[in-house]
Amino acid sequence: MTASLIGWGGWQVVAYFIVLFALVVPLGGHMARVYLGKSTFLSPALQPVEGLIYRACGVDPDREMSWKEYALALLALSFSGFALLYAILIGQGVLPLNPQNLPGLSPDLAFNTAVSFITNTNWQSYSGETVMTNFSQMAGLTVQNFVSAAVGMAALAAMIRGMTRRKAAGIGNFWADLVRSILYILLPLSFILALVLGAQGVVQTFSASIDAHTLEGTKQTIALGPVASQEAIKMLGTNGGGFFNVNSAHPFENPNPLTNFLELVAILVIPTSLCHSFGIMVGDRRQGFALLAAMSLVFVPLMLFGIAEEQGGNPHLASLGIDQTASAQQPGGNMEGKETRFGIVNSGLWAAATTAASNGSVNSMHDSYTPLGGMVPLLLMKFGEVIYGGVGSGLYGMLIFVVITVFIAGLMVGRTPEYLGKKIQSFEMKMASIAILAPSACVLIGTALGVMTEAGRAGLFNSGPQGYSEVLYAFTSAANNNGSAFAGLSANSPFYNTALGLCMLVGRYFVLIPVLAIGGSLAAKNTTPPSAGTLPTHTPLFVLVLIFVLVLVGILTYAPTLALGPVIAYLQMIGG
Amino acid sequence: MIIVSKDIVSNLRASIVMLLLLTVLTGGFYPGLTTLILQSSFPKAANGSQILNDEGEVIGSSLIGQNFTEPEYLWGRLSATSPEPYNAASSSGSNFGVNNTALVEAAKARIAVLKAADPDNIAPVPVDLVTSSASGLDPEISPAAALYQVHRIAKARGLDDNKVRSVIAAATRGRTFGLLGEPRVNVLEVNQALDTIGK
Repeated sequence: MTASLIGWGGWQVVAYFIVLFALVVPLGGHMARVYLGKSTFLSPALQPVEGLIYRACGVDPDREMSWKEYALALLALSFSGFALLYAILIGQGVLPLNPQNLPGLSPDLAFNTAVSFITNTNWQSYSGETVMTNFSQMAGLTVQNFVSAAVGMAALAAMIRGMTRRKAAGIGNFWADLVRSILYILLPLSFILALVLGAQGVVQTFSASIDAHTLEGTKQTIALGPVASQEAIKMLGTNGGGFFNVNSAHPFENPNPLTNFLELVAILVIPTSLCHSFGIMVGDRRQGFALLAAMSLVFVPLMLFGIAEEQGGNPHLASLGIDQTASAQQPGGNMEGKETRFGIVNSGLWAAATTAASNGSVNSMHDSYTPLGGMVPLLLMKFGEVIYGGVGSGLYGMLIFVVITVFIAGLMVGRTPEYLGKKIQSFEMKMASIAILAPSACVLIGTALGVMTEAGRAGLFNSGPQGYSEVLYAFTSAANNNGSAFAGLSANSPFYNTALGLCMLVGRYFVLIPVLAIGGSLAAKNTTPPSAGTLPTHTPLFVLVLIFVLVLVGILTYAPTLALGPVIAYLQMIGG
Repeated sequence: MIIVSKDIVSNLRASIVMLLLLTVLTGGFYPGLTTLILQSSFPKAANGSQILNDEGEVIGSSLIGQNFTEPEYLWGRLSATSPEPYNAASSSGSNFGVNNTALVEAAKARIAVLKAADPDNIAPVPVDLVTSSASGLDPEISPAAALYQVHRIAKARGLDDNKVRSVIAAATRGRTFGLLGEPRVNVLEVNQALDTIGK
């Protein structure tokens, strides 16, 4: 354990953070320019395309929208996206690019998948290579990878504008935020990443498979597809829906340690950089860095704890004369459900990053993690996907917790709570409460239904507390729009497809709309200049109080569920 | 009320046109251009890193593991794909929890097979040799797991242990830039090299 973390294994974690944080200032600056409507180095090439899109859609990108108009446009796009994707999935049997003659999806699976991709969850009840045609993957899923990510970023931009404007009616234009997110941020980054991944061995072809004749004389059919282009936006947009069933554990999605490193950076680079964009947009960079610090202070210890647990191995195997010790010759540890090229460190780092961000891709099988190692991703999701979180959605979720924190701090010192000069009053608190309570309620009610009904229990793969954790993980993942799974659960049933689909909808829109409402309400208020009694929100003290509130809310809501699942499984494991 | 519904209609109209344009851009143009560039610049990588034999037939992919059960071949990770191991058309992990008895049974069964094929080997078994990979298609094993099998392979092929060791060493990759990932041995590459010895 010590050898692995201090030795080369641990240095890659350090290298990861160096590269990740080095990108925060340039990318964060670029994104701030995009949302402030300034021109960027990409503008000369892309402005004509942008203008063309607005003209074709008949929208005026400069028209300011109230938060209600903004929400209406956002919902209209999401609903249309759902309808279009649902139609593609149901009808893929007769649509082009279907060399394997795959049939259309069942209505409940199509509903679940369409909801999953419009909400940026990318939960997958299906196995990509055996269910989806290339047309569905490209024209259906890849498109929503872009659109759902851009919707989250747009909503964040709108909320931030609300915080910076005085007595204003509008919070920006949804269509402009959407199109600019895709054209100036997501598409260029994806294109570069797709080419690098493709050069490294991530496949990109329209053929469905090749047949190989193996050394031992059997036929091996190897599935292929246009993977690199989808892989890039899957990571960058915190989507996480893999082309293949096993996601980024598949050698054609993630062939080597370099692609793994780049994909890991891609998971967190936009969420971390948006903190800096926020600092620039509100005119005080320290505010952005304070939030980034709060996120990192929760993330790093949990990530290291998870890696240590996995490196500790499985006691049940130790008694069989199996060597689980890390050395220069082997990663050792709990290697069930992990790939050799990633070992323990890269698997544990990924599991933490993908659940801290609402990415949900995997490069190892979380169901096979040790109980406490598997509790790390569970816990990171239970914090409401605000530790970095999804693109846009992570930071607006964190800003909800900031609202709660300044409210509590304000009560303690007996002053009206303020954030960035804006008074936090009952409307903001109501909206923040809805945004925090709605997903939590979905997790708890959903899990209860899952373990109490015959239809829910039918999906369990592992028995006992691990089976319970599979259900808990599924509802936590869906309601917080993550999309990763304890994949033993057979989720492709009408019960899970419907229940998880509804959780994803609530988890997305019962946060998004309150966020826009807060943005609109703050925009309408005047800004009060800071005085001696103002609580500064960029200090280490505030960061610690914010973390405290975040952890407290998470623990109060979820401690019993964690005790019933991972903790009991842990006691079973060490008890033999 | 009438104004609201007019708003909804105009928003829906804009949404539908927007989605169609974005489908063309991100679902057609973007993957299409990516395919075009990768197919022309990196055709081997873009088409699955295929390995051809002397007759030009595809014998596999350097990135996708194959099932090896004969004693003269190096064996890879356990594979949980169905209906048969290393089914590259349907990737899957085992999803066994650590307390699942099936996990221990699978490890025991593997140990029994390893011991039966190489009764003299008393070394502890490296863990990656008795556990399933995440994808079920892992092309690699750890150097420890490869070295564990040297004697069995050498005996089955009538080779010197050191000869087998040198073949394994040639197919061993260190950490990328000495930093990233884990040291590992490509199983198919070793077995292909073993088959060419003495030809």
